[in-house]
Amino acid sequence: MLSVHIQKQFRGVGPPFRLRICEDFPPGFTVLFGSSGAGKSTLLDCIAGLLQPDSGRIALGEELFFDAGKGISRPPEKRRLGYVLQSLALFPHLSVEANVAYGLARVPREERRRRVRRTLEAFHILPFASRKPETLSGGEKQRVAFARSVITEPRVLLLDEPLTGLDGGLRHAILQDLRNWNAEQRIPILYVTHHREEVDALGDRVVGIANGQVTGRGSAQDVLDSPRAISMAQAAGFENLLMVRVLERRPADGVMSVGLDGKGTELEIPLGTEQVGETIPIALRAGDILLATQLPYGLSARNVLPGAVESMEARGTLVRLRVHAGVPFTVHLTPRALRSLELTRGSVVWLIVKTHSCHIVAPE
Amino acid sequence: MSGAALALSVRLALTVSILLLLIALPLAYWLAFTAWRGKFLLESVVALPLVLPPTVLGFYALMAFGPRGLVGKAWQGVFGHSLAFTFAGLVLASLVYSLPFAVQPLLASFEALDRRLLDASAILGAGRLRSFFEIVLPLAWPGVVTAVVLSFAHTLGEFGVVLMVGGNLAGITRTISIDIYDRVEALDYTGAQRTALLLLAISFVVLSIVYGINRRVWSPWSRR
Repeated sequence: MLSVHIQKQFRGVGPPFRLRICEDFPPGFTVLFGSSGAGKSTLLDCIAGLLQPDSGRIALGEELFFDAGKGISRPPEKRRLGYVLQSLALFPHLSVEANVAYGLARVPREERRRRVRRTLEAFHILPFASRKPETLSGGEKQRVAFARSVITEPRVLLLDEPLTGLDGGLRHAILQDLRNWNAEQRIPILYVTHHREEVDALGDRVVGIANGQVTGRGSAQDVLDSPRAISMAQAAGFENLLMVRVLERRPADGVMSVGLDGKGTELEIPLGTEQVGETIPIALRAGDILLATQLPYGLSARNVLPGAVESMEARGTLVRLRVHAGVPFTVHLTPRALRSLELTRGSVVWLIVKTHSCHIVAPE
Repeated sequence: MSGAALALSVRLALTVSILLLLIALPLAYWLAFTAWRGKFLLESVVALPLVLPPTVLGFYALMAFGPRGLVGKAWQGVFGHSLAFTFAGLVLASLVYSLPFAVQPLLASFEALDRRLLDASAILGAGRLRSFFEIVLPLAWPGVVTAVVLSFAHTLGEFGVVLMVGGNLAGITRTISIDIYDRVEALDYTGAQRTALLLLAISFVVLSIVYGINRRVWSPWSRR
């Protein structure tokens, strides 16, 4: 168990940034999810010893890495961690083999050769052993970086967006290698990302981070589907962030009515603690909004808003629509749905929104 | 044409550039990586010889090296003779004079290093010394070569400092540039021209060799 209870403040140009994390990381994957600038990499740097927190304590089991009270701060070379940096930081003047062997300087030569060979094989990079990093593809470089980190038998593995820029198949293959490796080692693995798809692929345990603080923990669904901070909502792919005003609270029904534009366009959202008259942000997924070309009836959804299509933009497997319904909404449709609805710019549509698709987020 | 003067100049330049490398490596490393706020002060001191007239530098060196100067007194105490007008005095003064030419290229190449490589090295268990010899030095190699060459070439051609500190003693402090000056003073233009041409040729050859090597040194990890 890696236990991290730290605070660190950064002053510079702009408002000061404050990292405040109290979190325990058990063996296995933990995905640290949040938008860029949320403090995820800073947290990893503190755990690795590259940055020193202002206060608090970092411990692996009984072993102290950092304790501000006792004045303990072990340098990174004494922490025996693995850290795959976002830039990978492969040594450009060393071969793949020498890169992977770098952390084994104190291991006897014969054993070192055996271990390097075994690791190169396990990560499918043996054919490139004598090549320089810059001659490798992105995926090959990432494998080298993984191999170089895990060969030292680290006690904690820190991964900072290690698979950014790889296509889905390759990412899956590398993750599988890593999972196989971890099945034997059982150490805490902290995996930082701001990509939703990676969270879905790995999300046994997700910790959401925004503005230097933990905003939620649990399964991928728990953290991503009920964002509690605006930046988390943006990172989790909530395309619609609306400022709404509470008009009426109906505790008996478990809902409240909110006004979108002050001109009578209303939504029914889950009951929160906010009082009538307060203005609050709510988040809505573009994919959670239904579209109808005629006024629907017999629906369980309480929110049906008339609007007009402003623009359409094909994006691979989905079409992104801008619909004006009091305020602008972003709606995702499949190309097929778009065709069968025969939508064009200016078409009159009805937006159908389930009450529980509206998430109240905390203003920042 | 004076072979002794040429030999002396080369010996001086070699001694200075090697000693300077040993001094400049840790100094530039420290300057590149320290978080000390006052480091600009030290940077200014290192760069001073770039803007000071060599005669000013030579004057202060002469004062310091003389029997009443701080360095001179200490030297006299240890070695029993004066420092001024000796080869050792020349070396000492040249070390100061050529310092920026060794420090600047090293500093530039250290500062251009990707810091994350050093982070990665530390995380993989390497202490500072190992990181320096296995990561910093190989990657900053072009800077090292440039530093040695520039300090060699710069020392080879120095005049003002040598004249102030060393005077003009044949075989001891009469370097090749002083020899040229002597010949012009004596209206021996033919001799001066031959020596000047030789210095020009040597400088050109040394620089070409080094730039040639430098190109190749650069390329093992960036095949162009």
